[in-house]
Amino acid sequence: MSDRIFGSILSLLALTFFVSATQLESPFFADPLGPKNFPFIVSGAALICALTMIIKPDKDPSWPDIKTLIKLFTALIVLILYAFSLKTFGFLLPTALASAALSYLIQPNIFKSSATGIILSLSLFVIFRFGLGLSLFPFPRFLIG
Amino acid sequence: MELIQNLALGFGIALTLTTLSLAIVGCILGTIIGALPGLGPSNGVAILIPLAFTLELDATQALVLMTSVYYGAMYGGRISSILLNIPGDEPAMMTTLDGYPMAKKGRAGDALVLSGVSSFVGAFLATIGLMLLAPILARVAFYFGPAEYFALYLLAFCTLGGIGSENQAKSAIAVCLGLGISMIGVDNSTGMTRFTGGNLHLYDGVDFLVAIVGLFAVTEIFVFIESRGKDSAIGVKLGKISIPFKDIIATRWTMLRATIVGFIAGVLPGAGASLGSFLAYMSEKSLAKEKKFFGTGDIRGVAAPEAGNNAAAGGALVPMLTLGVPGSGTTAVLLALLMTLNITPGPLLFNERPEVVWGLIATLLIANFVLLILNVPLVKIFTKILQVPASFLLPGVAMVSFVGIYSLSGSYFDLLLMIGFGVLGFTLRKLKIPAVPVILGILLGGHMEVSLRRAMVLSNGDWTYLFNSYISVGLWIAAFIGFVAPIFLRSYLKKPTPIG
Repeated sequence: MSDRIFGSILSLLALTFFVSATQLESPFFADPLGPKNFPFIVSGAALICALTMIIKPDKDPSWPDIKTLIKLFTALIVLILYAFSLKTFGFLLPTALASAALSYLIQPNIFKSSATGIILSLSLFVIFRFGLGLSLFPFPRFLIG
Repeated sequence: MELIQNLALGFGIALTLTTLSLAIVGCILGTIIGALPGLGPSNGVAILIPLAFTLELDATQALVLMTSVYYGAMYGGRISSILLNIPGDEPAMMTTLDGYPMAKKGRAGDALVLSGVSSFVGAFLATIGLMLLAPILARVAFYFGPAEYFALYLLAFCTLGGIGSENQAKSAIAVCLGLGISMIGVDNSTGMTRFTGGNLHLYDGVDFLVAIVGLFAVTEIFVFIESRGKDSAIGVKLGKISIPFKDIIATRWTMLRATIVGFIAGVLPGAGASLGSFLAYMSEKSLAKEKKFFGTGDIRGVAAPEAGNNAAAGGALVPMLTLGVPGSGTTAVLLALLMTLNITPGPLLFNERPEVVWGLIATLLIANFVLLILNVPLVKIFTKILQVPASFLLPGVAMVSFVGIYSLSGSYFDLLLMIGFGVLGFTLRKLKIPAVPVILGILLGGHMEVSLRRAMVLSNGDWTYLFNSYISVGLWIAAFIGFVAPIFLRSYLKKPTPIG
């Protein structure tokens, strides 16, 4: 069933790709192949493969249970928040919080994960800033001006 | 004569303090990365590439550092295979079959030393093979026009899934995904934007480093969170380390045979180190008179896969350097490094930038001796690394990946894209769709399209031009066979399952 669902999504994607390629306008000076034809070939091949997945699916993989799914989703949110916060809040605080959160998701132990967060954040900052010379801000910019 | 001159040039570069130190650092980092379960060579190299740029290394130095990491990881992969029964990386899977039983019998030290020596034999001889074979292949590649290159890329894509993949349609769909992503951005021939959806961030296309780090490192974080606790291996004690000369001498021919098999597997596009170790183990087992000891701690079962996978790692560099077509996942990542450094691998590389190629080859010859020292007398230090808990390691990997990509572009859009690739990688892994073809598609898609367009310009739109030389016809046939053969071969080449 998983293969069928993914195959259907990919078929739709291949069709969208194909349609969006038809709307590209070939300039009059374009080469014989033009910007459209390679996308046509690739989307055609993708469609055939996706249909094969729908017609002849493999056995279903073991998907994570609800509890693990929630954990994975939490990890995803942590990573997204980390991506947004690096610029605004500096390196130390977001890195400590994000790595502590990820560590907690792997092994739920408050003490160990807090220690992981603090150690990783400080040691990576020293390596990146002084070892590799990256221009990372340790603290939020609005604090250090 | 030419070879000696080239080697002299290479050693002139390799023996400078900076290059040598980078090689040693690379070897140490690589062995650590290899030893840690779950962090394979592709992951390790992918995470470190963005950081290598911040060191502002030149092309040769960057390549030396990363290739040493690659070689080191291939050596280090065996450590956790033997001590924990968990392969440090995929190619080291075969080493668990006899390495772990040997360790359980109280011979962990012997197994580590024997596999370290056979890794050295495989990697060193493969580097010599690379030195001899690459210039010849580079000369052949001079006859390649756009039609031949198009067929070559097709061959790489068709064989990439190889016998490692369980479903050819899935390998092909991974290639199509990669090719589709490679077309996003401005079309260089006409200056038009394609498939950007009007998003300004995508006008330059998707940076392949973002895709690689996402598909490898971020995916690994999700996989680890999911599988947490399942890998509860019971480690065996490492006794005193001594050199088992008797075993090393007894397996000398095994090592040599495995090296040859592994090297050939590595040179073939798309096969890679996993196939190298697999074929080396299976051929050694089929040659043995007494087969019943395999799987119970046979010394040949430890020596063969390690010589095989290290030889394959060296072999995989041959098509990457001479043709610009990687033979494995990690060499695909190394190709990304070269392309980011504005170096186009291929025959011209040997003529225009001989210092890069020969500097690399000479350094690898030296690096093998460094690795032998690290992996035989000093192996005890690296076994301590296995005690680093995943709950510390994985957040570290995540943070290094983020800062690496952030330091390259300074854009949060790229970080989000990287996370997106991580989610895609996790889904693909669940569905058993290989991720390496996606990366190769992103890397080579642009070149493949340009080759096809050039061929069409030269022939004025005549498609039969694609088959107008013996080389291109040969490559088309090989591509067809490479795609179809695994369907029939799969049932014959079933992997034995590890014990425990």
